[in-house]
Amino acid sequence: MSTGVVQPRPGRIWGFIANALRRMGLSGRTAIILAPTLWLVIFFLIPLIVVFKIALSAFAMGRPPYLPMFEWGADESLTITLHFSNFLFLVRDSLYANAYINSVRIAAISTIIALVIAYPMAWFIARSEEKHRNLLLMLVILPFWTSFLLRVYAWMGFLGRNGIINNTLMGLGIIDEPLVMLQTEGAVFVGIVYTYLPFMVLPLYTALVKLDQSLIEASADLGARPFVTFLTVILPLSLPGIIAGSMLVFIPAIGEFVIPSLLGGADTLMIGRVLWDEFFANRDWPVASAVAIVMLIILIIPIMLLSIAQNAVVEKNQ
Amino acid sequence: MAKPIMLALAATLVSGTALAQDQVVNVYNWSDYIAEDTIAKFEAETGIRVNYDVFDSNEIVEAKLLAGNSGYDVVVPSGFFLERQIEVGLFQPLNKSLLPNLSNLDPEINEIVAEHDPGNEYAVTYMWGTTGLGYNVGAITERLGEDGPLESWDLLFDPEIAAQLTDCGIAVLDAPVEMVAAALNYLGRDPNSEAQDDLDAAEELIGQIRPYIRYFHSSQYITDLANGDICLAVGYSGDVFIAADRAAEADRGVEVAYIIPDEGASLWFDMMAIPSDAPNVEAAHAFINFILEPEIAADITNYVWYANPNAASMEFVDPEIAADPAIFPTEEVMDNLFALKAKSPQFDRLMTRSWTRIKTGQ
Repeated sequence: MSTGVVQPRPGRIWGFIANALRRMGLSGRTAIILAPTLWLVIFFLIPLIVVFKIALSAFAMGRPPYLPMFEWGADESLTITLHFSNFLFLVRDSLYANAYINSVRIAAISTIIALVIAYPMAWFIARSEEKHRNLLLMLVILPFWTSFLLRVYAWMGFLGRNGIINNTLMGLGIIDEPLVMLQTEGAVFVGIVYTYLPFMVLPLYTALVKLDQSLIEASADLGARPFVTFLTVILPLSLPGIIAGSMLVFIPAIGEFVIPSLLGGADTLMIGRVLWDEFFANRDWPVASAVAIVMLIILIIPIMLLSIAQNAVVEKNQ
Repeated sequence: MAKPIMLALAATLVSGTALAQDQVVNVYNWSDYIAEDTIAKFEAETGIRVNYDVFDSNEIVEAKLLAGNSGYDVVVPSGFFLERQIEVGLFQPLNKSLLPNLSNLDPEINEIVAEHDPGNEYAVTYMWGTTGLGYNVGAITERLGEDGPLESWDLLFDPEIAAQLTDCGIAVLDAPVEMVAAALNYLGRDPNSEAQDDLDAAEELIGQIRPYIRYFHSSQYITDLANGDICLAVGYSGDVFIAADRAAEADRGVEVAYIIPDEGASLWFDMMAIPSDAPNVEAAHAFINFILEPEIAADITNYVWYANPNAASMEFVDPEIAADPAIFPTEEVMDNLFALKAKSPQFDRLMTRSWTRIKTGQ
């Protein structure tokens, strides 16, 4: 359509950008660091500051449903009002602590189950013939081609009272009454492990595929039984993969809202649900924000510990 | 800092589409709540394009309105939510000169909803209904006999009776406003009370039957009642009728009935209103006026099994529906219904907390 317009080649664009940056006094190196920094500031830091600001405001019905933090007085004075009561509120009612603990518990158990299932999978893929590996990896990623929500709904079809599992078991005469599987905590574990399993398999695979076969042979030659080889050679070398995979499963699982609300029972208390109630049922954005901030702090501590551990492992291995 | 930029961006987007399409109306309504051909008819008649979006809880609508710049021109919250939303300025007054069809409305309904919207300044009733009990006739009579309390909240709130229905399944709405009001009404207390001891009493009553409740959900019961997966549900009238219709269609021996129990039930009105920051105010009025056409209102009632407030539409409503006292209650039943009222934020918090305790035991 646009006959008159000459499309610049990609190379030219990059050259143009580099020139522009140079003129602004930025070297390529700074520019490269600048991009992710800007990304973090715009998509992480600013939203976080906005949430934190709301967490320190007072609730008031209106649009938006909280009072302004900064107020210009008539005498050119600036009044800054910070309400810490929203955070104190979380301490006063045991609901929040219980929900946090329960979320961490469910996320931790799910992570361990995912690790136990994913490790042999990753090992198998890493040890299979090279020409098959891509296909196997493809199969791990394949579920992502359909919507996450649809896949959780599919589990409802499996686990339901009249679901495939119950119908099969009853058809085979193994059980007389349908098993209650849906709307239980077990179903939440199934949902989380199923959904996040690829995030565990992929980093484990990356760690295991780099593993030097001669190390395993050396271990065997020196008389170590397979189990000892696994514990003393394979496991330590795959530790970075284990840590990365665990983080990728544990972190999103803590704040998970969709899976527990579709597969879990009414008594499955998780922080995502509490957050929903604060935001929607109570319309209390400040308390909802406080819940989110505390959740972030709870998340950041294990993330920092794990990443310190990971760095230590990487350094040791080098 | 980010916010003004976002607002500017959103404003550009909105005005951009307004220029390109000229006549658009963005409607936000409850799911499964309009006749199949209503929107097509509106577009054909007016040339205004409709973006139709749906929700399944009042809370979601309110959150979007409170955040501002929702982009919607017509939203349909329930009266008791609308009431406090009007108070904080989320809606703009209707321009009644653009709504000649207002004269079709039943003055009696207008009078009732004036409690939410004084003077009917801000909103027009879309549909209305009751929150009662839906049950599987066969399964219930098999367990309780023909002389069981088939017309009473005893089915749910009497622990001995509820216990007998555990195996076939009880579902309740995941809507504390509705459930607490139903419990208070059953106890002979004011269903709209904000007193702590009333809330405690309601919590105790629901707590007693908690072990017999299979799940808390506000729409799942439609399918489950129709399939016979559950046998008793607290539900919205029209939704239970949809379940009954589906059960009859499937013809697998499931018969679903809806009752307004003898003790009374809550009465609610879903109201069309125009957000104060709506981008297409004129088109919004055109849409509301169109819904007020007698044939159109009748189409919707015939499709969704909810009563409409349109007196002029009654001649087009399916006679079977018009005569059904569970959809268009008789004067006598009407006296027994109570309208839900807006609660204070403080009470909402207590109620949500109480509801979480009921559901999770914590």
